[in-house]
Amino acid sequence: MSIFVDENTRLVVQGVTGRDGSFHTEQMLEYGTRVVAGVTPGKGGQKVHGVPVFDSVAEAVEVTGADTSVIYVPARFAAEAMLEAADAGIGLCIAISEGLPTLDVMRVYHYYKAKGLRFSGPNSPGIISPGKAKVGIMPAHIHKPGHIGVVSRSGTLTYEVVWSLTNAGMGQSTCIGIGGDPIIGTSFIDCLAAFEADPDTHGVVMIGEIGGTDEEAAAEFIAAEMKTPVVSFIAGRTAPKGKRMGHAGAIIAGGKGTAESKREALEAAGVPVADLPSQLPGLLKAKLG
Amino acid sequence: MKVHEYQAKELFREFGIPTSRGVLVEAPERAAGALEEVGLPCVVKSQVLVGGRGKAGGVRFVRSAEEYHRAVDEILGMDIKGLTVERLLIDEAVDIKQELYLGVVLDRSTKQPRFMVSAAGGVEIEVVAAETPDKIFSMAINPLVGFKGYHGRRLAAFLHEDPAVRKQLAKVLAKLYELFMAKDCSLAEINPCVITGAGEVTAIDAKLNFDDNALFRHPDVAALRDMTAEDPLEVKAKEAGLSYVNLDGSVGCLVNGAGLAMTTMDLIKHFGAEPANFLDVGGSSNPQKVLTAMEIITSDDNVKSILLNIFGGITRCDDIANGLIQALEQRPLEVPLVVRLTGTNEDEGRAILRKAGIEAGTDFDQAVQQAVNAARGA
Repeated sequence: MSIFVDENTRLVVQGVTGRDGSFHTEQMLEYGTRVVAGVTPGKGGQKVHGVPVFDSVAEAVEVTGADTSVIYVPARFAAEAMLEAADAGIGLCIAISEGLPTLDVMRVYHYYKAKGLRFSGPNSPGIISPGKAKVGIMPAHIHKPGHIGVVSRSGTLTYEVVWSLTNAGMGQSTCIGIGGDPIIGTSFIDCLAAFEADPDTHGVVMIGEIGGTDEEAAAEFIAAEMKTPVVSFIAGRTAPKGKRMGHAGAIIAGGKGTAESKREALEAAGVPVADLPSQLPGLLKAKLG
Repeated sequence: MKVHEYQAKELFREFGIPTSRGVLVEAPERAAGALEEVGLPCVVKSQVLVGGRGKAGGVRFVRSAEEYHRAVDEILGMDIKGLTVERLLIDEAVDIKQELYLGVVLDRSTKQPRFMVSAAGGVEIEVVAAETPDKIFSMAINPLVGFKGYHGRRLAAFLHEDPAVRKQLAKVLAKLYELFMAKDCSLAEINPCVITGAGEVTAIDAKLNFDDNALFRHPDVAALRDMTAEDPLEVKAKEAGLSYVNLDGSVGCLVNGAGLAMTTMDLIKHFGAEPANFLDVGGSSNPQKVLTAMEIITSDDNVKSILLNIFGGITRCDDIANGLIQALEQRPLEVPLVVRLTGTNEDEGRAILRKAGIEAGTDFDQAVQQAVNAARGA
């Protein structure tokens, strides 16, 4: 098993005719992901790498039975694309686009919540269940099927960690980039709960960073609800206060969101926190026994 | 993005929030005219984009023309936390009976705008929150519902007894919410919001922070950016589409991805040096970006060694290598360079660098150690 995406996922690519959308559609198809449709308003009837393009998500769903969408739409139109996916009955929307206005994402969040739907991201590398489906922009070759769940707010740092797991012989069940923005659709806790419920996930690596208090909330959840071992790394120990570190959400504001506070919370919950990403496979091996 | 108090007050007035009356002074010769307009007594307030102006001596209440001119002379040009005071707001002195705190922030955990109000205004709200949390009332607003009359009445009732004041406060709170949402704020704060002797509610300070991602739809707000308050290297980086933060250490770093860039800084510290900067070259592989990034890093005199750390995904190692070679041709380095390339097209990238006599490594920890040692040896 795996979580959120697998070999049964029927994917629609929103923004399929754009530079990124088209490139990654090809990459996802190559990986074996079932990309059943693409959407670009005004370009219905075309094909991109053999995938039929529709003018709206509703049509794409009606004709192809798509159940998951991935968003490569430019930032200023991405929130609307997410709302369109929700109204078309898409159960999971994975937003890759970066630079969305925060208040737009906030409105999208409450709309999805009211409808009981899920989105992940924005500003994320996407989700991959190795050997089954890749939905996003991560380089495929660093992954390997296996039993470790990875959840992270970052992109390339996640690749770094996944690569070190793969090199240590530890394959992955699912790797999720939840996104670097202040408001995201799927939290650490959502992913941890899904990993806990997945019998094929035997251990979890959680990669956090400065900003917000999601890692602290996750620590409480781990202590109270999880039997699956979790290890962690928190980026940004040397980040100055009040400065945004690349990600819109990576900022220590009002003294909150420091790496120390996150590390303390996680360690108190029995989660080993690595000093270096390269220590994670070893910590995980020790935890798994 | 942050704006100055006088700019925030202009937006307040645009949205119907009553504020104290003031005049901006940018040069000493304007001071006399401003005094004539505002009258005595008045308050001379430095306009800098940092907190704690009052404690730093950047805000002064004056009663006479002599006191006024002395204050203008002393505060204009003053250094407050590394920023030079280039503007003063000459504000009318308001008859203060009571000081309140009214604020809206984006609450990341509940994903809603959250009001925080307190009758203990005029001091930092973080201090009130830490020492006397029961003096703060907080309320989140569901953005799909919006700010309703009952929200305002409930918040106002916590703040004051008098029905006439409550009514005014509820109106100010509604306007503050309207401004927060309409202009894509991440923070809107009135501290203090005062009740005057005559029972009127007025904002005598104003703080607004805006979401950079939404500035494209607010050209009026974007135009308020004060470039003089920003680090020139950070401005240059932003224009080139790079995320860069200037720091004090000796190891410069150029990395792809924000999380990996932060981690690179952490590792530099772990192995015994300090990072000179945060720099995320972004997901694209544009060689021009690498060129600009190298220019920015090398223009910092504190830099004693440079670490280029790339985990290729979308970013292709060969593109990065080409950008680096171009950068080195234009401006040969005076400090040691350590390159770590791994991921997409790493063999091609390594071959390109080898031709130029640069041997790129693959191991993250090792590369950081080398860069740290190089900086120490220099």
